[in-house]
Amino acid sequence: MWLRFILGIALALLFGGQASAYRAYVANEKSNTVSLIDTDTWKVVKTIKVGQRPRGIAYTKDQKYVLVACGDDDTIQMIDTSTNTVSDTLPSGPDPEFFTASPDGKILYVANENDNTVTIIDIARRAQIGAVQVGVEPEGMAISPDGKILINTSETTNMAHFIDPAKHEVVASVLVDQRPRFAAFTPDGSELWVSSEVGGTVSVIDPVKRVVTQKIEFAIPGMRPDPIQPVGIDITTDGKLAFIALGPANHVAVVDVKTHKVIKYLLVGERVWHMAFTPDGKYLLTANGVSNDVSVIDVAALKVVNTVQVGELPWGIAMSDH
Amino acid sequence: MLRGFWIAVFLLVAISAAPAADGLNVKIGYLGTADKTETISLIAMPAANDGVAGAELAIDDNNTTGKFLKQSFSLQEVLLKENDDPAAAVAKLADSGISLIVTDLPAGMLLKAADAGRQRGLFFFNAGATDDRLRQEDCRANVIHTAPSRAMLADGLAQYLVWKHWTRWLLVVGSHAHDKLFADALRRSATRFGAQIVQQREFKDTGGARRTDSGLVQIQSQIPLFTQSAPDYDVLVAADESQVFADYMPYRTSQPRPVAGSAGLEPTTWDPAFDQWGAIQLQSRFEKKFSRWMTALDMQAWMAVRMVGEAVSHANSDDAKAILKYMEGPDFALAAFKGRKLTVRDWDLQLRQPILLADGRTVVSVSPQEGFLHQYSELDTLGIDRPETKCKLK
Repeated sequence: MWLRFILGIALALLFGGQASAYRAYVANEKSNTVSLIDTDTWKVVKTIKVGQRPRGIAYTKDQKYVLVACGDDDTIQMIDTSTNTVSDTLPSGPDPEFFTASPDGKILYVANENDNTVTIIDIARRAQIGAVQVGVEPEGMAISPDGKILINTSETTNMAHFIDPAKHEVVASVLVDQRPRFAAFTPDGSELWVSSEVGGTVSVIDPVKRVVTQKIEFAIPGMRPDPIQPVGIDITTDGKLAFIALGPANHVAVVDVKTHKVIKYLLVGERVWHMAFTPDGKYLLTANGVSNDVSVIDVAALKVVNTVQVGELPWGIAMSDH
Repeated sequence: MLRGFWIAVFLLVAISAAPAADGLNVKIGYLGTADKTETISLIAMPAANDGVAGAELAIDDNNTTGKFLKQSFSLQEVLLKENDDPAAAVAKLADSGISLIVTDLPAGMLLKAADAGRQRGLFFFNAGATDDRLRQEDCRANVIHTAPSRAMLADGLAQYLVWKHWTRWLLVVGSHAHDKLFADALRRSATRFGAQIVQQREFKDTGGARRTDSGLVQIQSQIPLFTQSAPDYDVLVAADESQVFADYMPYRTSQPRPVAGSAGLEPTTWDPAFDQWGAIQLQSRFEKKFSRWMTALDMQAWMAVRMVGEAVSHANSDDAKAILKYMEGPDFALAAFKGRKLTVRDWDLQLRQPILLADGRTVVSVSPQEGFLHQYSELDTLGIDRPETKCKLK
């Protein structure tokens, strides 16, 4: 009896530890909570109370914290990943919505949606070290893999601003379609992709020449163009596939990064905005705002394999990158 | 077809547009009226800068964008009194180098302004007049409408009432011409979407002040009397643009029934309580600048000036011809916090837009409602559609 029990524990330790038990942190914009999903069981294992209107969410590079932008509290809260409680805050400036970090993980760049500003924060010192004036309603943030160019998209100005992160100034602005929400570099840094929610397109930008070289358009059979509103973009680390969340169209488009052609549309939950890969790249999780759930996409099979109920209006997902 | 016509117009009309070598400076005119309506509710009284404030905020937004493109925008406001000649005001604006004018004018004055401006190649954005005739028999090729038509407002409301299965309407109409026009639009919507007007009653404006010290006592007994012994109905629909009676209806009807139309659940393009699709950002920018709430008229003027900004940034020109060509082209779209792009109907130059249904505290719903389908765009289930248009743009 005892032997079996001990054997059981040993087996559990051995195999339980080996399986892909990652933690996904999902920011629920309406319930002011973060749902913690275990990617082994696909269950919510904890619900963390955070500030008001949590949206942008990401791990710090050292994995010690998950940062969550609480727009209506004008702050970024730091969730300690060892205790899963809010343990500190960052001075984000008013109405932070979305942010990105420098490749070394030390500096945070925050879009202040109400203030036409990008705020620059030294994470270790918990201090603001600069601000850059950008267009109206800044939202999307991305940094080039070499850390030399910071991108911000402004939703009413309809531009991708190229910012010199060392000099804290806008060096170029590229017009894209209406309401640009999200920016992402391909892993080799050769292309910048910007989604335009109202325009319904993803602009592919040459980051050297700073011009739009192509616009990716979407057409889902049997659906009118109006609800096709691209927001989140996630590109596989091998740079082969891009997943684009199409908002109220309730689909994620799978795009061949090389040809810029849509390969497949995957039906997920309602109003899909932001997404994140599991660290092993096997799964992509999507935050579906209106259906209050997270869809799990099997990346190799290009199939939706699971759905997890979370809090109200899930907006974004944080997952560690290793 | 339309584009060909425009080319012809602009070949005939000389336009003075001098694109500056280093940067563009786009001057936009704003023509409004000095007199403001009296409202039943004290909190609904329009501010002195109602409308023009929206245009000013859009100028700020255009300039924030413009600084990255070496483009700047400015606004010149002219207020007309009742007997002023719109043609003279238009000539004056044209003399100062303005070719794009946002208007908040009654239909008659707008037509005078547009026809006077046509000879000088001026283009107008109607932000204020909801008259369907401006999109029908009296439409003009140099007037884009950011204001919704009465037909669009009525259709937006009717779709929701039908969706609720509140299909038996008691229609109460004011005695002024505008009230009757709104009632016409409501009747058309009822027929279109399958509602039934069980009875129509007229509420006569017998004059008198809206502010009195003991008016409430009388109204409490007058309205039940006025609304009694009606055939069974689901909702009282009021057509009272003149603000004479509609706001007195809620909670005072003889039978307990909801009120919609000019009071209760009202169709509109904007409401200070609206916070969806990023609208909260525009609301806070507006409140910060003007220390008051943003109205539908402010929104309609904001959209007009933003349309210009959007076209100038893409066409990279301050030439009215180039701006209009872009607005009419397939690439034009305006993002205006309605969760979808707004475009221009090519048959009557009306801006396609969703209609909000607001109860004074919250936005209850946004039309078009689900299930009202259209072969081209669901937004064209609101207002006069292409097959029914009487507009011949000229």
